[in-house]
Amino acid sequence: MRALVWHGKEDIRCDTVTDPELEQPRDAIVKVTSCAICGSDLHLFHNFIPAMLPGDIMGHEMMGEVVEVGSEAKHKLKVGDRVVVPFTIICGECDQCKRGNFSVCQTTNRKKQLADKVFGHATAGLFGYTHLTGGYPGGQAEYLRVPFADATHIKVPDGIPDEKVLFLGDIFPTGWQAAVQCDIQPTDTVAIWGCGPVGQMAIRSAVLLGAKQVIAIDHLPERLDMAEAGGAITINFDEESVVERLNELTGGLGPEKCIDAIGMEAHVSPSMPDTVYDRAKQMLGAESDRPHVLREMIYVCRPAGVISIPGVYGGLVDKVPMGQLMNKGLTIRTGQTHVNRWTDDLLHRIEEGQIDPSFVITHTVSLDEGPEMYKVFRDKQDSCIKVVLKP
Amino acid sequence: MTYSISNIARSKGDPKVLHSGPSSLGAADRMARALGWFSIGLGVTELIAARRITRALGMEGKEALVRAYGIRELGHGIVSLSSDKHLGLWSRVAGDGLDIATLMTAMRHDNPKRDNVGIALAAVLGVTLLDIIGAQGATARHSRPRGRPSSYRGRTGFPQGVQAARGAAKDFKVPPDMRAAPALAAVSDRAPQERARPH
Ligand SMILES: [Zn+2]
Ligand SMILES: [Zn+2]
Repeated sequence: MRALVWHGKEDIRCDTVTDPELEQPRDAIVKVTSCAICGSDLHLFHNFIPAMLPGDIMGHEMMGEVVEVGSEAKHKLKVGDRVVVPFTIICGECDQCKRGNFSVCQTTNRKKQLADKVFGHATAGLFGYTHLTGGYPGGQAEYLRVPFADATHIKVPDGIPDEKVLFLGDIFPTGWQAAVQCDIQPTDTVAIWGCGPVGQMAIRSAVLLGAKQVIAIDHLPERLDMAEAGGAITINFDEESVVERLNELTGGLGPEKCIDAIGMEAHVSPSMPDTVYDRAKQMLGAESDRPHVLREMIYVCRPAGVISIPGVYGGLVDKVPMGQLMNKGLTIRTGQTHVNRWTDDLLHRIEEGQIDPSFVITHTVSLDEGPEMYKVFRDKQDSCIKVVLKP
Repeated sequence: MTYSISNIARSKGDPKVLHSGPSSLGAADRMARALGWFSIGLGVTELIAARRITRALGMEGKEALVRAYGIRELGHGIVSLSSDKHLGLWSRVAGDGLDIATLMTAMRHDNPKRDNVGIALAAVLGVTLLDIIGAQGATARHSRPRGRPSSYRGRTGFPQGVQAARGAAKDFKVPPDMRAAPALAAVSDRAPQERARPH
């Protein structure tokens, strides 16, 4: 089959690889009909999470049709079922899964010893996302082996296009969880840093959950456009001071809830000297992540407020103002998304017409064009916001 | 750490590459990579062989300068090998200018190694040309073209419009483990026991 394969920093190729096969009784094989490139794939593209091996298949946002089912998954899945595959692989049985903390499933990370060493305790297996989370082949491919498939799937009905449900596997529940863990009140201002795909979903989620005002921060006009279309007030950080504007919009008190939909690769600009400092340290290997957004959120957030972090961080950050954080009594909520905890409800909302997540798709291409689209997406060329690949 | 590295291995059943297809690395990226490694190599050489370099060029006494240039080259190399490669390559072009200016000072008639300096100058000029081509290529490949971006003003994501969407999911119950500490709950929502705390 063909698949997008990681060969090294900025080197992703559309290769021909051997087909996946059932390995465990709980596995299923899915023929991928649609998959997407995620912002977090760019961290691997840049090799900022150095736990990839040349030959690893990329991709954790995918859906398709079940074509083979292992003996112990047959009670939940059958050949021909249409499924979205959540990026978090879950067993459904461990203590954490029972609590709904699916992204920290205790069973599915097959590189548990490595992950225990690096993280203290292993988290769930993820598709196509380094050997720290199991080293599972990803879904930017024609076929995908889904381990623990009896639990790791979201069934979707026929007759609803891929584009509307594909994002149930990651960015929609990720934006949703980011907003949910803000526990939004009707009096709340929710400020969202980053208008990439997750930021866009977080904006829509905060609007649906009834925030008083949603403020979106970015500097790319097309992304701010899309944020505004979704009901956000926008701040272009190239043109105005984020802190001043946020205070202005909240009567000087700061937003109650802040969402970091950027993560470890904050935009670098001489107008934000800390980002230049972080980039330099990162190049020298003295810091893995660029936490500009964390610093700004902690500074501007209303005391006793909540900071929600769906953006991916990889390792160590520097100069995070712990003093402000502690004295202001802020709550930080973070984590990879507990995808399956939200998807029944979210599928229902899509079917009801409350939201149509396909609005975020700007490019649809074949798998062969995938490597080039990684570059276009990374360089934000051609007004690219979300790329869907059709294997 | 040895444990971690040796433990990273692909699992047996995973798909294996049969043959490779088109890469996300373009010609400009490969050129940047080559020039980046060239910088690293040159930088290391300038650091460890400063004396031999100054002797060959008749620039005895300038060892500290050569070593400083070596550190500078390492910097160019690191940036050229990063995803901000265009910055690295343009910094190399600037560095080339500095190298040329420095070599020009050694083109004195009384320098017995004048011929060597001439060869070095020619080499630097050649590399400068490559650096300019590389820097222009990387800039062109990775910059956002000027001009109007697409307009996404119509992309609400809400089939019934934004106004209908505001608060449409208020039926959603935030699970108890995701409730914010009631610190910023509406003031009238305070728990009765908190309100009625005796003094
Ligand atoms: Zn993702
Ligand atoms: Zn589990």
